[in-house]
Amino acid sequence: MTPIRDEQLHPLSRRILHWVMALSILIMIGSGWRIYNASPIFGFLRFPEWATLGGDGEASLARHGDPGVATAIAWHFAAMWTLAIAYILFLIWGIATGHFRRDFLPVGPTAVVRDMIAALRLRLEHRLGQYNAVQKAAYWGALAAVAVMILSGIAIWKPVQTYPLELLFGGFQGARVVHFLVMAGIVFFLVVHVTLTLLVPRTLLAMVVGRATELRHTVTSEHAP
Amino acid sequence: MTFVRRRALRGGLSLGALTLLTGCDLSDHDAVQRVLARFSEWNDKVQAALFSRQRLAPTFPEARAVKDFRYNAWYGPEKAPRLNPADYRLQLAGRIDNKRPWTVDELYALPQVSQVTRHVCVEGWSMIGKWSGTPLRTFLERIGADTTARYVGFECADGYYEGIDMPTALHPQTLMAFRLSDEILPTKYGYPFKIRIPTKLGFKNPKFVTAIYVTDKQPRGYWTDRGYNWFSGI
Repeated sequence: MTPIRDEQLHPLSRRILHWVMALSILIMIGSGWRIYNASPIFGFLRFPEWATLGGDGEASLARHGDPGVATAIAWHFAAMWTLAIAYILFLIWGIATGHFRRDFLPVGPTAVVRDMIAALRLRLEHRLGQYNAVQKAAYWGALAAVAVMILSGIAIWKPVQTYPLELLFGGFQGARVVHFLVMAGIVFFLVVHVTLTLLVPRTLLAMVVGRATELRHTVTSEHAP
Repeated sequence: MTFVRRRALRGGLSLGALTLLTGCDLSDHDAVQRVLARFSEWNDKVQAALFSRQRLAPTFPEARAVKDFRYNAWYGPEKAPRLNPADYRLQLAGRIDNKRPWTVDELYALPQVSQVTRHVCVEGWSMIGKWSGTPLRTFLERIGADTTARYVGFECADGYYEGIDMPTALHPQTLMAFRLSDEILPTKYGYPFKIRIPTKLGFKNPKFVTAIYVTDKQPRGYWTDRGYNWFSGI
């Protein structure tokens, strides 16, 4: 029996858009946390300054009475453009090239539950270049989450010029809550995404240099791709 | 691609991520601040294009107007300037035909309208209030201001200063607000009047206004000098 080599390919356009979105999202989260701290939605929750983006808050406060919120907002309103543009290009590109159809479909609830149970029992085999149903669902979820972030973000940024968009989220303060909760969802996605990447570092290699291969594991699995 | 290059790339990426995540961030570097300022200027242009002269900010039933409105400034309410109506004069400058100073009584005799609108703070909190006063447009026309100029600027008794674009100054909901919740504007809220602009963030609503000027040069703003976006429309 000849050994099979699995292969994962990421064309340059996909890699560029992936990393622009990744960096933009990190900037949005870090600066968003600093902005959140200026007027917390939940009294019990504040983000430690070291985890936020916006420079030395204490120095800024001493210098001119602003705890780096101005810089955080500047980051937020800069990265919103790079994120929105990369995201829209990624959607167009993903549909036009068939990347979404080929790699993220089909995905159904039965398959997601089956693979989720297999994954939790550590019985789910990872095959480089193929996405299991949980991964497919997670990518759709992440794509949808960014769309909701953009819409709720617009409702917060321009509540007058885009009125009644905010009503979709239960008003201006409702849009802030949605923006926050979906952020939490994206952070959860990132934690899982990065953890899994570290468990299978070749996937990171593929997303950086474009290609990675791996000898297929000989372990037999009940899970057929 | 060589192994070394791969390692360097991966190293670079994780270093970038680490820099961001540890908060030892690049925000305070001059070059970064310049890039952010460039984005902010771009956002000024986008917002000016998005701004509609006709579209009104949402108004609310009077019952939703907050009576005990939130006090907000970088100093405590006890330090708010107490302007004496006997000495107070509103100074006018720039591209205005009639620069005669105005007394409080003269201002308060101007035709007035009321609005129940939402104040939105750059920090994220919002509050609905009832304001009454003269549309800034009415006042600008009365003093013979050149409304083809690009900006209107404000100087305030507490050291604050702000400025807005002319389309916003002429917007029907932009008021010289003399009253809050039907009462003469109390000292801490900006007596004798504040500029109330429901299409702008709260910090673009200066209080204790002592001078108004019309100009083509973009006026500076207290908080925009501290890094906030200039247009700050909502």
